[in-house]
This record gives sequence, structure tokens and C-alpha cells, in this order.
Amino acid sequence: MTAPQVELLNMTKRFGANLALNNVSLLIRSGTVHALLGENGAGKSTLVKCLVGFYHPENGHIQVNGREHRLNSPKDADALGIGMVYQHFTLVPSMTVAQNLVVSGARLPAYINWQSELKRLTEVTKKLPFHVPLDVRVSQLSAGEKQKAEIVKQLYLGRKLLILDEPTSVLTPAEADEVLGYVRSLTRAGELSAVLISHKFHEVRRYADDVTVLRRGASVRTGAVADLSDDALAEAMIGEPVSKMVQHAPKSPPKPNIVLSIKDLCVNGDNGLPAVKDLSLAVREGEIAGIAGVSGNGQLELVEAMMGQRDRNGTITVSGSSFNGTRKEIARLGVYGLPQEPLKNACIDRMSLAENLALRNFDRAPLCRGIAMNYGALAVQAERLVAQFRVKAPGLTASMNALSGGNVQRAVLARELTQDVRLLIASNPTFGLDFVACEETYRRIVEARNGGAAVLLISEDLDELLGLVDRVLVMSAGRIVHEVLADCADKRVIGKYMAGMKAA
Amino acid sequence: MDVTSIGWLTLPLAILGGAIRVSTPFIFVSIGELITEKSGRINLGLEGTLMLGAMAGYGVSYLSGSPWLGVLAAGLAGTAFGLVHGLLCSVKRVNDTAIGISLIVLGTGLAFFFGKPLIEPKAPALPSISLGFWSSVPQVRAASDVNALFFVGILLAFAVYVFLNRTGWGLMLRTVGDSEDAARALGFPVLRVRILATMAGGFLAGIGGSFLSLSYPGSWSEGLSSGQGIMAVALVIFARWRSINALGASLLFGGAGALGPALQGVGVTGYYYLFNAAPYILTLAIMVASTSRAAPFADAPGELKLHR
Ligand SMILES: Nc1ncnc2c1ncn2[C@@H]1O[C@H](COP(=O)(O)OP(=O)(O)OP(=O)(O)O)[C@@H](O)[C@H]1O
Ligand SMILES: [Mg+2]
Repeated sequence: MTAPQVELLNMTKRFGANLALNNVSLLIRSGTVHALLGENGAGKSTLVKCLVGFYHPENGHIQVNGREHRLNSPKDADALGIGMVYQHFTLVPSMTVAQNLVVSGARLPAYINWQSELKRLTEVTKKLPFHVPLDVRVSQLSAGEKQKAEIVKQLYLGRKLLILDEPTSVLTPAEADEVLGYVRSLTRAGELSAVLISHKFHEVRRYADDVTVLRRGASVRTGAVADLSDDALAEAMIGEPVSKMVQHAPKSPPKPNIVLSIKDLCVNGDNGLPAVKDLSLAVREGEIAGIAGVSGNGQLELVEAMMGQRDRNGTITVSGSSFNGTRKEIARLGVYGLPQEPLKNACIDRMSLAENLALRNFDRAPLCRGIAMNYGALAVQAERLVAQFRVKAPGLTASMNALSGGNVQRAVLARELTQDVRLLIASNPTFGLDFVACEETYRRIVEARNGGAAVLLISEDLDELLGLVDRVLVMSAGRIVHEVLADCADKRVIGKYMAGMKAA
Repeated sequence: MDVTSIGWLTLPLAILGGAIRVSTPFIFVSIGELITEKSGRINLGLEGTLMLGAMAGYGVSYLSGSPWLGVLAAGLAGTAFGLVHGLLCSVKRVNDTAIGISLIVLGTGLAFFFGKPLIEPKAPALPSISLGFWSSVPQVRAASDVNALFFVGILLAFAVYVFLNRTGWGLMLRTVGDSEDAARALGFPVLRVRILATMAGGFLAGIGGSFLSLSYPGSWSEGLSSGQGIMAVALVIFARWRSINALGASLLFGGAGALGPALQGVGVTGYYYLFNAAPYILTLAIMVASTSRAAPFADAPGELKLHR
């Protein structure tokens, strides 16, 4: 048996005054998958970062197979066969996948003969059940491919303990099944132990043996997955019995006037090739239109072009006037939204939470008086939004990159959804959110719709999409290939269009 | 008459010879800057390093009688300056651009201060290799007298290419420069790599400076540099952070720089100063033409935060 048993004892970690981990202990049995559950900001990422030597806990011990180890850097973890797929990508964007694999090896080779190296890498990666191109730059991979490349990297490095921090948020259900199924089979064979952080209960139930729930930095529940019901887990996460899911307000039929109209839109991707091809669509007032599709089929480019982040051909009009994403137009036409990777695309990561919350309206009263900022009003607004959307942060003045992944998302939603929204564009709005926050976000999107806003929702999660939207558009290879009302949608048909097996 | 016998060849030959001479410091400084930038930092201070290297190289060559010792001394002076830059920038919240600018001033000042006694004496110059022995035409011979450092520079460009693409350390350097998060996750010593890369850049810039004082123009004076250290930064961007391109770009700039003197040589004296401005105009034109919003630089080190 080569899979190690790893035990964390009494881990405590502070960030300034913020106690991120409070005396947490965790036992990962040999040859099992151990799931970590918890709300956004509960400390899951912090705990596993301590385990790979990325953070240094104030207190606590790490034992591998009963022997105590000190991990001062990820290199030490590497030597013990512990590796992690981080929540945010850590591949080097300008290097190819093969170069990334080589540079992450335990010993850096002096001279690399790429011909034989590529042959060797192909041999090794051929045994894996999923395919990632080796000689393509990481920056040109789609989010799903990047995630698979991260996992390939860890498996290639021959890990004995593999930590996966929300690995499936950018994978389609089928890809997630491939990846996690393979990890599962390795643990069953006794070759690997694993830690899986996820917000999806069905994944935990399907792939994990044990589960530990964190709440506000403390371990509140641990045990075999089979012994714990979903309700018990949810209750442990939020600390109170779960009320039944909120019922969405009843749908009212959309009004006839068109808010967003896109005609013959063409957009190039980063590689200079067309990513969106002659795309036309319209969204009406009081309607949620959903774009379904596997990631990397032009959704990202579509959203960036709509928001003026990318050059484009074709016309985009909002409420009848042409829209180029300038600040004036955004405010006048009420266009708001949540882009992909919000920390990168909707925040200024070195500015404070309060300032980030004010990015939409810092140039209007009451946040400014003449040319001067009114920091009092800024703080008041931030406090209100943080309370209303329950953003958990070390403080209003904490810099944005100190927030946990899910809380960045909440902060952006708080800023965008409290404006006078007439068109809402949201890409995967619930990526990385815990189930409470997911429900809240759904409710807010539906509220915006019922308030008369037009909503364009881009999501790779088909179930989420079908539960929310009025009309489904399927995007594949840069085109809308299928359109159907949500009430008469057939998941299998949509799936076929998504996979590009049917053309429009 | 000889001049008429090679006729139209005079001008291209003069430009070629000039290009080789003028480009040599560009090759060293731009490849040095390239190595530094690949680690995720910009060292604008190379202009100061260049002057310091020119002075130190000249001084040591004069004192020891060996120009090659001078080159080494210039490299070491540059390394020391690189170390200063690397250390200062490792302090939290210190900005590499600002440090670079202050190092331009410091380096130039130090060079002038210690260089005062060196303006008069004549130090032994670097040898050049004669490739024109087959011809009896003096213009051909003059153009084919190539300084030894030029060949070192060509080898250097290829060596750096191999280093960045085919060695583990080269990949580590690129990792550190492209994504600090990735480097930390792999346990690479980010600061140490950056400091070493800045030192290596300083070493090469120092050597580039020694070429100015020991080969062409070949003496020490305060007006020795005409901004090669600054232009190297533009060259690196133009070369898309690839060392072989940097070699080509340096030659191109060298050719542009040789245009004025070469034209003067064949008797075209009008617009002399305008032709001398050619490399600078070329810099601007190339920067404008090669920057595109649609396709951000694929090889730009991400930590430089240049694009977007
Ligand atoms: N580098 C940091 N500096 C300061 N505070 C931090 C830092 N990283 C995390 N924190 C804080 O520690 C707490 C736990 O964060 P962590 O990232 O572990 O949460 P998480 O459980 O992974 O949440 P999510 O599900 O949103 O990813 C949060 O309150 C967060 O704001
Ligand atoms: Mg996390």
C-alpha cells in the first residue's frame, strides 16, 4: 500500500486579527477521498494551503504515516508526495503544457531534449483517461482544459496525497466525472489518498469516503459520508437548521420590447482566430435568456465584446441605442453584470473591499462632492452592501485579494445588483459559491427579472440554467446553434447541441 | 581610383560596418534587459550601468594594460549595480521603475566622478578580427574589421535562447517572471531568482558599456552613451522577449544608427542630424506599429503587467 495516512492536528492560522483556522484537526485515512465542506470563507483553502507548506500555521502539527513533518515550503510537501490543485490556476500562462510539466518536476533538469521529453510525456499522459494537448500554450487553453492540465500535472508528478480545491467548478459534469472518477479509482486501488473541496453535495456523496465540515475556521462535524445526510451536512455548514428552499416568485410573461439586441457579431479570440461568428440574439424586458455551452465555445469572448473589453464587428444595441461599454452608456442604459474570473475582470485586486464596492458610483453623489471623494459615504455604502449580501471579509479596508474566492463573487454581485439594472449579463454567477449563496443569487437574478430587467445568463451548468431561465440558447463553436423555450427544453437534445453533434 | 571602382557598394559597406559597430552594445544591453524582464522586473537603470561599465572598463584597461580585464571589470561593476537594483526592489512596496530611474542618475554620476582622470589617458583597446584580408579595397577591409565582442554577442543570443527554452533553470526563470503565484506554488525562491536575473542583466549591460569605451568610439568621455541603455528596453519589447529577435533588432538599430555617418562618408552631408535621429524615429515607429490591442504579446512576462 503506498497511499499515505495524513493527519493534521490543532491547526491555527491567523491573518492579522482574523482567525482563519481555529484549532482544526483532520484525519485523512490511507486510500480514501476526504471531502471538505464549508461556507465561503470558512477556511477550507487556508487549511489545505497549510498542508502544502504555502501558508505557515501559527500552531499545529502535520503527521504523515504517523511521523511528524514540518512543511516550510511547497518543495517540502513535494518531497513527501503531497500536491495540490489550487482554486485559482497556477499554471504558467506563457509556457506550453509540456514545459509546465517539466518545470514542476522535483528536480529541474539541466538540459532538456524536447524530442525525447515530449515522447516520454506522451507515454505517461496516455495512460490517463482524459486528454490535454501538450504543445499548446496554457494561455490558449479553455478553463476546463486548464483545470485538466493542472490535474494531469499532479498525477504526472506521482502524488501520493492529492488535494483538489474546487476542481470541478469549470468542468462539465461529464468531465468532472472523468476526473473525479479516475481519482476515485486510484484511491480504491490504494495508490492515492485525496482531499476534495467542493460546494456540490452530490459530488461529495458520490466520490468521497469521509467528510469534514468547517464553519468560521473551526471543524464542526466529521465522519463517514454514508452516515451523514445532506440536511445534517448543510446544517453543520451554516450552524442552524436549513429552512426549505425559497420558492422563486412566479414568472410573469416577458414584455414585448427588446432590451438587448446583438446583430452579426464577430469577435476574435486571444489567438487571433474568430471565436464568435455572426452571432445574433435578442433579450426582452422581463426575460432571462440563458446561453448554454461547454466552456471555450466563445462565451468569454462574447461577454468581453459586449462589455467593450474586446474589439468586435457587428452591432450591439441596448434599449435601442448603440452600446460600446463606456462608463456613460453603462450608467445611462443600466447595464451591469458579473464577468468570469471576477477578481481579474471586475475588481482591482490591490484596492480595498470598500473601494471595489464603489467602482460603479464613486463619481456620483453622495460618494463624491465636486472632485473630492466622500470616504464617509463610501464606508457607509460598503457596510450596507456587505451586510446585505453577507460578504465575509477581514474588514472593509482589507485588500480585495485577501477575500476568499466565494466572497469576491458576493462582493461583485452586491455592487452590480444594487444598481438600477435594466440589463444584467452574468457569466457563471454561482461558480464557487456555497449552497446558501447560490440560492440567494438565484433569487436576486429572478428578482431583477421580475423588476423588469432583461437578463442574459451564461452558464456551463445546464441544471442551473434550466431551473432559472425562460429561454435557452445553445452556443457551440462561436454560434448559437439551438434555441428553445425553457418549458419545452429537452436536456438530452441540448446536450447534443452543446457537444457540437448537431448543427443548426 | 579605388572608391569609384567599388562605386555603389561604398554606401552599403559603410552601413554594414557601422551597423556591426553600433549594434554591439545594443546586443549586450538588450539581452541583459531581456533576462531581467523574463524574471518579472524592469531595470531602467541599465543606462547608468552602461556608463559605469564604460568607465570601469576603460579605467581597468588603462591601469592593467589588458582590455579584456577591463571588460571583466565592467561586467562586475554592472553586476554590483544589478545587485543593488535587485535588493532594493525586493523591499515591499518599492517600485522597480522608480529605482531604475534613480540608478540611471547614480550610475552616470558615479561614472563621471571616477572618470574625470580618465578623459586624458589612452587605454589599450579591444582587438578586432580582420575578415577583409581577401580584398585589396580599403573600404571592404574597413567594413570587415569586426570587433571580437560582436561575435561574443551573437553566441550570447543563441546561448540565452537555449537557456530559456531548454534548461530547467531557464524554465524556472520564466515561471517566476510569468506568474508569481505559480512560482510560489512550486516552491521556487522568487526573490532570489529575480535578484540573480537582475545581476546577470547588469553584468551584460556593463560589458556593453565597456565596448563603448574600449572599441567604438573607443575612449572615455562623458557624452559616450547616447541612450543605448534606455533604448534597450524598447528593443526588448520590439523583440517580443526573444533573444534571437533581440539580436536582429540590435542589428537593425545599429544599421539605422550608422546611416548618418555613412551618408556623410559618401558626401551626402545635408540632413546629417536628421539621419542621426534615425534610430530614435525607428524606435517610435516600431513601437507604434508592433503594438496591437487585439493580440497581446504572448511572450510578455505576466508579472511585468504590461498588457491590458
Ligand atoms: N492572504 C490572506 N490575507 C488575509 N486574509 C486571508 C487571506 N487568505 C484568506 N484570508 C481570509 O481567511 C478566511 C478563510 O479563507 P479561505 O480562502 O480559506 O476560505 P474558503 O473556505 O476557501 O472559501 P471559498 O469557498 O470562498 O473558497 C477568509 O475570511 C479570508 O478572508
Ligand atoms: Mg477557497
